[in-house]
Amino acid sequence: MSDDLEILRQDVLSELAGAADMRAWDAVRVGTLGKSGRLTALLKALGKMEPEERKVRGVALNRLRDDLTRAIESRGQALEAAALEARLVAERVDVTLPPPAQVQGAIHPISRAMEEMTAIFGAMGFSVAEGPDIETDWHNFSALNTPAHHPARTDHDTFYLPPVPGLDVARVLRTQTSGVQIRTMLSQKPPFRVICPGRTYRADHDATHSPMFHQCEGLVVGKGVTLGHLKGCLIEFLRVFFDKPDLPVRFRSSYFPFTEPSMEVDIGWSRRTGEIGGGEDWLEVLGSGMVHARVLANCGLDPREWQGFAFGMGIERLAMLKNGIPDLRSFYESDIRWLRHYGSDPLAPALLHEGV
Amino acid sequence: MKFTLSWLYDHLETSATVEEICARLNQIGLEVEGVEKPGAALEPFLTARILEATQHPNADRLQVCRVDAGPGMTDVQVVCGAPNARAGLSVIFAKPGTYVPGLDITIKEGKIRGEASGGMLCSLRELGLGEDTGGIAELPEDTLPGQSYADFAGLDDVVIEIAVTPNRGDALSVRGIARDLAAAGLGTLRPWMAETVEGTFASPVIWENTYPEACPWVLGRTVRGVKNGPSPEWLRRKLESVGLRSISTLVDITNYFCFDLGRPLHVFDVKKLSGGRLTLCRGAGETFTALDGQEYTVTPEECVITDANGVQSVAGIMGGAASGADEGTTDVFIECALFDPVLIALSSRRLGMSSDSSYRFERGVDPALPVAAMEAATRMILDLCGGEASEVVSAGAQPAWQREAVLRFSRVQDLGGLAVPARESVSLLEKLGFEVQEQTDTFVRASVPSWRNDIAQTPVLAQGRDLPADQAARAAEGVAQSEAESDLVEEVLRLKGLDAVPPVPLPPVSVVPGVALTPRQVRTAQARRVLAARGLVETVGFSFVSHEDALRFGGAPEALRLLNPIASDLDQMRPTPMVNLVAASHRNAARGWADIGLFEIGAGFSEEGQQLIAAGVRCGHTPRYPGQASTPVSLWSARADALELLAQLGVVADGLSTTPDAPSWYHPGRSGVLRQGPKMVLGYFGELHPSLLQAEGIDVPVVGFEILLDAVPEPKKRRKAAPRLSAFQPVRRDFAFVVARDVPGEKLLKAVKGADRTLVADVSLFDLYEGEHVPEGYRSMGVEVTLQPVEKSLTDAELDAVSERIVAAVAKATGATLR
Repeated sequence: MSDDLEILRQDVLSELAGAADMRAWDAVRVGTLGKSGRLTALLKALGKMEPEERKVRGVALNRLRDDLTRAIESRGQALEAAALEARLVAERVDVTLPPPAQVQGAIHPISRAMEEMTAIFGAMGFSVAEGPDIETDWHNFSALNTPAHHPARTDHDTFYLPPVPGLDVARVLRTQTSGVQIRTMLSQKPPFRVICPGRTYRADHDATHSPMFHQCEGLVVGKGVTLGHLKGCLIEFLRVFFDKPDLPVRFRSSYFPFTEPSMEVDIGWSRRTGEIGGGEDWLEVLGSGMVHARVLANCGLDPREWQGFAFGMGIERLAMLKNGIPDLRSFYESDIRWLRHYGSDPLAPALLHEGV
Repeated sequence: MKFTLSWLYDHLETSATVEEICARLNQIGLEVEGVEKPGAALEPFLTARILEATQHPNADRLQVCRVDAGPGMTDVQVVCGAPNARAGLSVIFAKPGTYVPGLDITIKEGKIRGEASGGMLCSLRELGLGEDTGGIAELPEDTLPGQSYADFAGLDDVVIEIAVTPNRGDALSVRGIARDLAAAGLGTLRPWMAETVEGTFASPVIWENTYPEACPWVLGRTVRGVKNGPSPEWLRRKLESVGLRSISTLVDITNYFCFDLGRPLHVFDVKKLSGGRLTLCRGAGETFTALDGQEYTVTPEECVITDANGVQSVAGIMGGAASGADEGTTDVFIECALFDPVLIALSSRRLGMSSDSSYRFERGVDPALPVAAMEAATRMILDLCGGEASEVVSAGAQPAWQREAVLRFSRVQDLGGLAVPARESVSLLEKLGFEVQEQTDTFVRASVPSWRNDIAQTPVLAQGRDLPADQAARAAEGVAQSEAESDLVEEVLRLKGLDAVPPVPLPPVSVVPGVALTPRQVRTAQARRVLAARGLVETVGFSFVSHEDALRFGGAPEALRLLNPIASDLDQMRPTPMVNLVAASHRNAARGWADIGLFEIGAGFSEEGQQLIAAGVRCGHTPRYPGQASTPVSLWSARADALELLAQLGVVADGLSTTPDAPSWYHPGRSGVLRQGPKMVLGYFGELHPSLLQAEGIDVPVVGFEILLDAVPEPKKRRKAAPRLSAFQPVRRDFAFVVARDVPGEKLLKAVKGADRTLVADVSLFDLYEGEHVPEGYRSMGVEVTLQPVEKSLTDAELDAVSERIVAAVAKATGATLR
């Protein structure tokens, strides 16, 4: 190899080694292989040589071009890698820091319990019916076989509203959601299965009573519906709601003006530990019974043709039992700490196939 | 209703344990509310006898006794300070480890002044039973040592309290409870028969009845020459054991029958009556002092008993202070009457006056019992107080209470779900006192016992007024035919126990159940999830708030003000849940939790009715973060909450408009009304009014929104058209418009959007500017427009053309010019 070529090689290699960044590197590349680069100039000069000489020199030049091209590329890659490395080091952050706070919302345990009830009864073919909070005395009491003098009325400390023109019955805040059952029977044709969750009101305020609370009542009317169905339906509900397939359920005779026979429903629990399903004690959770013939007739249904059952439960009470909530009043105090503690995730709604 | 086991045994012969009795009571509908054994604390105390008592060597006032306390403790040394401790005396002994309730100590073995003492001899006061008598209790001479004192003294009785449902007046008596237990197979009802006492003279007091609707039948009788005073021990203890106060023998006897037979009685002191005649009549506005010392004013609705001096009793509820029996009573007139349950219930409620007597009359007493009860009461008065009984006087007659009921045996299965053999059904009814009148293979016709007022009543209906007459009549006929039968089914099931009924699953309506919720209910559930997912926490507030608060939120009509609120600040139906949310914000801020977001979905009430409102608030400041300062909550968050909620409920954003006329509880310049079309208001949003926050005592910023869920139209169920996914790149162009400041921004953006419905795919605001280079009263709005070519790429000429159209449309709609 000619000395000039060797000198060029050495020059370029040393310039490459000295190129500290991509800009310097590019200058070397252009100065060597570019249009007016030194190697390019030598290649251009080939044309003016004698064939013999050209052949020898051509081979040498081509080899030099390949060598330098490789060297330049390799140096370029190294510089790029170094630059990336430097950038990555420079961009390093403390990943242990907390992210910006994402405020978490929550669904109230009463709403949650209603959703769960809807899911379970929905699976048994019930639909959800609603009615107004301000009811007439007839819908809340009289139609339900509870006339004004009835002793059962003294148990319901009823809130009254002033009379309004054009309405000749008293207006009350509903003490139960049974009025919705009346509305259902008046407006639809049996058979039906409905639950009526909603706000209810009684003039009572202490540690275990709130002047407003929530009830979920249910009504099934059809042909051949018996007390056996009542039991089957409520046992099924309670076992799914409390997620205890063997939950002990007890039925006790009782009395409500709007059902006959009437019964209260207890579940097994431990008074000592509060555990549902365990222990020796019983806890009342539901009232129920076969719909009273008078109630059916008050809504125009002939009790010889139609019969069925009704039930009612306190939503807060069931939510308290299920979630171990100790105090009824806390449900309505809107204390953010309580709401966050007992509230549920909006992205995990009550779905039977995911488990309620 | 409280009773003791020993009282129950007066009527029921049984070997059942307390636990068995309670379980059966629960089963048959007499719910046990409590079981108490008041003597339990006294069980460890033993009867004992002092064998020898000698002076304590080191103390003048103490004696050293040797005591026989029964097996295992026949010779215990006890140091005793009581002056009456002496050899041969039967005493109450507390061995070491016994808790002494009257002293609140536990006895320990020890030495007293050097002498060993292995227990304590007790006074009744130390047992918590009586007054100090200056020494230890002295038991009868022949008392056997080593018995539990509680057993010995008859303090081992069990008190059972049951809840009696309003239909079961018959169970408000010990005998009624015993009868039910016997019918349920827990023993035998002891026979009860009143011995007739022949009257020896005409009663100096007679009845007159001018209000027979209230009182169909009344009996009376004078017993003269009685001696009233403290009751004998057995009677006093019986009444006290069920929580009654012993007053005097005559009064205690009436209370005894009230509980024993469920038969209210009243006794008048004959010498305090005048005119020789008691009249049942309507009240006439008189004021009368009852036995409870309170004054009551009686109306013509009330049935009262008067003598020549005026009202002496509110019939069936309470007697008068002026004519009641007391220690000095020598001649007594016994009243034994039947009163109308409804009338008593209404009077009792009207007067705010109730008694054990009215409680029973309201629930119905046995109409066949008065004669026997009068005889039994007379007998007891003669036995305990002496004297001589008159003939019985009366007014009215026993009403016709006899009723029959038919049970088709198949109904026990068809209604009650339990197959019970006919024979067994009949036998259970007979045990309850029903008498078979006719029986076939398929049914039984039986007469109803007099004490079961709840069975085979004449149905009273309150049928809906809008029912077609024939339908109503058919239904009423159905009740007449089936109600009594249901009564009997209930009796059979009650005694068999509902646990015997096999549970049956409801037959499925379809394999996969249908949708349980209406579209409106689905949307309520969605709204709840959307708002919670946006970081708001759901609350539930009372539907009633204070009148003043309701006024601040736009509505407190008198028609929605409770007549009997539980508290003066819970008297008005709320116009919106926002009332509760603002109050909740205040409470949380006061606890140190100011930076929160809350929402409630609930009813708001107005004179037009009730509507469902989703309301939310955000309070305080945004969280601090490196590089991100904390800022006050902004109305834009509330607007975003509201718009997002509407979007989730299917409201198309293009159809919405915003006007700045939000209700008075919002900041007038920083709030808006969301409308669909010109009329339909869907909700409000904005900063809460500063003076409202001040009035509520809130010193942090609060923004909020209310969406009127009932006003949000149901989205139409339409199949979505296939999307147009253009193959061409969108083009984005920025425009800066100078526009008068009072032109709503929304109007300008809509004008841009409407300039070319095909090409303009999106419009967004990126800049707002007022100041230099923009005239006073104007502002500059920077808008980015996304143009989406559909058929082919846009040429420069086409781009210019559409830009011109946009500028022109905006100019036309708002008067804006390009900056």
